[in-house]
Amino acid sequence: MLTKRIIPCLDVKDGRVVKGVKFLNLKDAGDPVEVAQFYDNEAADEIVFLDITASFEKRNIMLDVVKRTAETVFMPLTVGGGIRNLEDIRQLLKAGADKVSINTAAVKDIELVKKASEKFGSQCIVVAIDAKRSGKGKWEVYIHGGRTPTGIDAVRWGKKVEKIGAGEILLTSMDKDGTKDGYDIELTRKFSENLNIPIIASGGAGNLEHIYEAFTKGKADAALAASIFHYKEYSIREVKEYLKKRKVSVRI
Amino acid sequence: MIVIIDYGMGNLRSVQKAFEKFYSNVIVSSSAKDILNSDKLILPGVGAFKVAMDELKKRGLIKPIKDSIAKGKPFLGICLGLQLLFSESEEGKKIKGLDIIKGRVKRFKEKPGLKIPHMGWNNIKSANSPDNNILNGVASGSYMYFVHSYYVEPKDKDAILCQTDYGGNFTSGIHKDNVYGFQFHPEKSQSIGLKIVENFVKLC
Repeated sequence: MLTKRIIPCLDVKDGRVVKGVKFLNLKDAGDPVEVAQFYDNEAADEIVFLDITASFEKRNIMLDVVKRTAETVFMPLTVGGGIRNLEDIRQLLKAGADKVSINTAAVKDIELVKKASEKFGSQCIVVAIDAKRSGKGKWEVYIHGGRTPTGIDAVRWGKKVEKIGAGEILLTSMDKDGTKDGYDIELTRKFSENLNIPIIASGGAGNLEHIYEAFTKGKADAALAASIFHYKEYSIREVKEYLKKRKVSVRI
Repeated sequence: MIVIIDYGMGNLRSVQKAFEKFYSNVIVSSSAKDILNSDKLILPGVGAFKVAMDELKKRGLIKPIKDSIAKGKPFLGICLGLQLLFSESEEGKKIKGLDIIKGRVKRFKEKPGLKIPHMGWNNIKSANSPDNNILNGVASGSYMYFVHSYYVEPKDKDAILCQTDYGGNFTSGIHKDNVYGFQFHPEKSQSIGLKIVENFVKLC
């Protein structure tokens, strides 16, 4: 039976992990490769690198990080952040990423999603959607790292990118992100019920119950979290054991 | 020499790195000569069936692949590389494959609650051949990483090495003579996947 996935996400800036990952046993907790190895040992189901490097010149550093990660970590790796065109995608995949996640560039030019999925296969094209509640049962898509509203309805956008070739949706609730008081279950469920591609719930994970709810009430296929893992509030194993006890199918 | 066949589809680096853990002489190549000179062959790949067949044709790799298999060289297909071994695919119109394993490549049927692609960790159930050393140390029920929308259906059921349940059982691994194929990605399935890589390297 297909299991629900637990995915730690690392913010990487200029080749270094930010948001202070506090591991006791790492030589260099700022090195994304070391952190990825740690999560590999913990049997995380996938790992996501989000490149938040601002300057254009330093973007090649990420390719090197991906290369070094793929050399030692034999698990699925998704890379997102700042991807603008097919060449960016090609280079990341060549460096060893299994999937790329596109956000702003997809909104600016939906053809990119189409061309990328035709060229590299839908399975490696994740569309990331930053959604903010705009009314009852309604959410709006934001771009540029959540700074710019687009006026686009999030669910409609999700269906559109599914149709054009996205293989998966990384769905972040901007209202919940950073709050640690749980995923936006209504949003997650709306996507899961309306789309036929896998949905990764993101934004708001603060405890075990939250992750459980993302899968049961939210019907998500995967749950992404950052701080609860990085600060070692919970280990991946603890999360999975909790879910297993509550009859959610996970890989232990 | 182990040759990973490069036909422009998918990420070959992680496949190469996985095999290099167990064997020093692993190259990625699209040369017919390398394929013919290899001791073992790996056909990896993700993406579309038709594009892949076109690429193999364009590079003149179909004959060297078939000749190598006919000579009894250990051969491993991964994901799309497994599917290409089959007679035909229903991806798009009916498209001819390498026809080394008789059977078809089919798309998962859309059903409520069944997301396509089948993406994530699912378990494999060994179907037969306890004498099969490619799954040595890989218990039935082990979790492997999958990402695909199509699956294979061999005519000869004896070729089925393992199955996986996704809205019903499908064939997730095959074995016929010197040819092996897996729908999942051993190179992405952490230590248990690497066990398969190691086993393949050890095949004589």
